[in-house]
Amino acid sequence: MMRVSIAAKNFADRQVLRAVDFELGDGEVLAVVGPSGAGKTTLLRLIAGLDRAFDGTIDIAGPIGMVFQEPRLLPWRRTIDNVALAVPGSPRRPETLKDAADALAQMGLAGEHDTFPRALSGGMARRVALARALVIRPRLMLLDEPFASLDEATADALRGMVADLWRQHRMSVVLVTHDVKEALTLADRIIRLDGQPATIAADVTFGTPPDGRNELWRSETLSRLVGTS
Amino acid sequence: MARGRRIAADVTRPVWTALSLTALVVGWAAIAAILQSRYLPSPAEVARLFLVELTTGDLLRNVAITLARVAAAALIAFLIGTAIGIFLGRHRDADRFFDSWLIFFLNVPALITIVLCYLWIGLDEAAAITAVALNKIPNVAVTLREGARALDPQYDEMANVFRFDRLKRLRHVLLPQLEPYLAAAARSGLALIWKIVLVVELIGRSSGVGFEIELNFQNFEIGKIFVYALAFMAVIQAIDLLLLQPWERRATRWRREA
Repeated sequence: MMRVSIAAKNFADRQVLRAVDFELGDGEVLAVVGPSGAGKTTLLRLIAGLDRAFDGTIDIAGPIGMVFQEPRLLPWRRTIDNVALAVPGSPRRPETLKDAADALAQMGLAGEHDTFPRALSGGMARRVALARALVIRPRLMLLDEPFASLDEATADALRGMVADLWRQHRMSVVLVTHDVKEALTLADRIIRLDGQPATIAADVTFGTPPDGRNELWRSETLSRLVGTS
Repeated sequence: MARGRRIAADVTRPVWTALSLTALVVGWAAIAAILQSRYLPSPAEVARLFLVELTTGDLLRNVAITLARVAAAALIAFLIGTAIGIFLGRHRDADRFFDSWLIFFLNVPALITIVLCYLWIGLDEAAAITAVALNKIPNVAVTLREGARALDPQYDEMANVFRFDRLKRLRHVLLPQLEPYLAAAARSGLALIWKIVLVVELIGRSSGVGFEIELNFQNFEIGKIFVYALAFMAVIQAIDLLLLQPWERRATRWRREA
């Protein structure tokens, strides 16, 4: 459902990405990992169409939903309107408001329609941002470190929530994270970016073994991820 | 506790204002009584003249004419100043180039603009309104330039990802960020514009509050000067209190409710 072929991406005279080519299948959950400054967020911004200055092509079938590192909710609009605004057309249409209310309910925020974003906790604001991305029924969901700066309990609860959601909606996902453990928990494929300029250092696809993703499985998969470079 | 104090302050504020204004009128009456001079009519005399002017219809007619000029000039200054301000706030090179122009026009005395407009355009309505608008455009532009500079690019990116159309972007992303600046420009604009309109009318029009003040100055009718000045000040204060301040409060409501 997506084909990425980036020959080069430069910032001024500095090349940050080189020869990043991969395809993403329907319903595939891809995690992009790598050290800080490896171009993970840059790659996501190119996929989202926020930066079009690069050599190469990115073809995507269907609408994109995105969750940024910060929730980026409009502080002057109530929660329900923040979600409804993502839907094309007027946010006041009854069917749009119903979709927004359903998305909020899915994220456990049915009672927060009229709350302004500033009154929400960090975890709640992330869930509103997720509801906003979900309400357009995206075929591709982009997540840029969506659980960063949350406490571990809140982050874990949210990880469980999103994993259920994308299984339920059968959407493709690109998750950028610096946390390999998170990638091993949520994804079924990991791309590791590394080097200067960054390129694909490892591309590992894996399933879930019959006895679950236990410690042994994690350590073996991690070795494949690091050893493929 | 803080909320309780704020509510108490909100309730007592009009009482303080009423007391303060009453003290001003009493002081004025006392000085007028002591001086017994035709140069300072008493509040009672001004009230009598006010009723006379009200009954003849002259007061309402002239206030309405001046108000229409204020509205026309404010609208023009607001639209052009906002467009210039947003453009300069979003384009750094243009801002660098035009910044000195803006400073220059901010410092042109209102009287110069008025005289030049009457000379270049003629002693007509268009010249009067243009002169007032030209005086205010640089102030609006400077305020809105600050607003445009403060626009958060993160919301722009969010709007790009979710494919907001132009109208949605303007209404839900751009204007709410600019609204406090628009409200500030409107309030400070009104305060400046009505004073300039009076000068414009005094110099080159044959109607309006400014013209009446000039006429009564020629006839030495100081009481009527008070009537027109006070009536128009009251109208401008009412607009600020009943229209602009509620708008400003509404524009920043989300900050308080959070």
